[in-house]
Amino acid sequence: MQPVLDSIALLGRSGLDKIAAIGRSGMILAHAIVARPDPVQSFPLLIRQLYSVGVQSMIIIIVSGLFIGMVLALQGYTILVDYGTEQAVGQMVALSLVRELAPVVAALLFAGRAGSALTAEIGLMKTTEQLSSMEMIGVDPLRRIIAPRFWAGFISLPILTMIFSAVGIWGGMLVGVDWLGIYEGSFWANMQNSVDFFDDVVNGLIKAQVFGLVVTWVAVFQGYDSIPTSEGISQATTKTVVYSSLAILGLDFIMTALMFGDF
Amino acid sequence: MRIRGVELGVGIFMLVGAFSLAVLAINVSGLGLSKQEGSYKVYALFENVGGLTARSKVSMSGVTIGQVSDIHIDPERLMAVVEIEMNGDVDYLTVDSSASILTAGLLGEKYIGITTGADDEVLKEGGYIEDTQSSLVLEELIGKFLFNKASE
Repeated sequence: MQPVLDSIALLGRSGLDKIAAIGRSGMILAHAIVARPDPVQSFPLLIRQLYSVGVQSMIIIIVSGLFIGMVLALQGYTILVDYGTEQAVGQMVALSLVRELAPVVAALLFAGRAGSALTAEIGLMKTTEQLSSMEMIGVDPLRRIIAPRFWAGFISLPILTMIFSAVGIWGGMLVGVDWLGIYEGSFWANMQNSVDFFDDVVNGLIKAQVFGLVVTWVAVFQGYDSIPTSEGISQATTKTVVYSSLAILGLDFIMTALMFGDF
Repeated sequence: MRIRGVELGVGIFMLVGAFSLAVLAINVSGLGLSKQEGSYKVYALFENVGGLTARSKVSMSGVTIGQVSDIHIDPERLMAVVEIEMNGDVDYLTVDSSASILTAGLLGEKYIGITTGADDEVLKEGGYIEDTQSSLVLEELIGKFLFNKASE
């Protein structure tokens, strides 16, 4: 009888642990958002984080955006040319990038490139007891370490998404117009007729904003909540990438249904 | 020196982002910088608008002169009322102009084509285009064709 009871107790305890973890993550989020920033001190911190989170992710975003745009144009062309409507390549590339691919792929890359780095950095700070030393000397680590990283991720991802879309469409134009010889005028005209700024571009940016919130939240929380050992950091980094990727794909479906679904 | 490089990098990052947004807005979605000013509304009643939607083009001789802003049913006459937003500089549509729902290409989108008449008076805000021709519905055409064949 005892082993059965024990296993039930274990189940309950792990469930309570999960709920407590959600509560802790909520508290960190609230603290990072509400913590009143000290403009003189925290602005340089934010700039430095924007550099390491945003600027250093630009290369991977630009290169993957370019290639995804080029591949879309190539695939679209081979199908559409059978129906004599290869002018629609521009509209296909632009709509699929702006609505879906740019927010999702940029966020996935961002989770792998920047989210994991945030988790590892904060986890190592915790392991080497830098965070507790800060508390000892009266500096709030949530305000000094977590808040600038959170805001940097929140600000960077929409910007990276816009860069991704623009570069991707340029890549699609390179392949479609310059290589495959679609007439440039109808390429752009079809695109401009079908893409609506508020319905498509702004909705894509709203998606990117939500993904930015979720990815940096997960990354910052996993780092702050990691077990302070080298194994714990590796687990936390893995969890960051897995959880944020799943959250991105799941939330993307829900937001697409809300934004573009007819109900 | 180190912090200067960081600031420069972040500045470039922000500028590239703003530039991308501008490209997306103007080049990709064709968002005009200035909203068309002084546009006015005219109405047209159709038996069947089949496939026409809000934001469809309204054109004359192939040139866009306005867009459809709303479509609803007139509950008394039981016909579709299409609300058209004409550009402000269009002041040459006579009251006997005719409007027909056309299709761009074989499978293309629906749009409204306008032909002017010979009257001296021009359409004003809230005016009605009386002479309209509804969208061609393929099923009706096939039905008519079969009916004519059968009666021969």
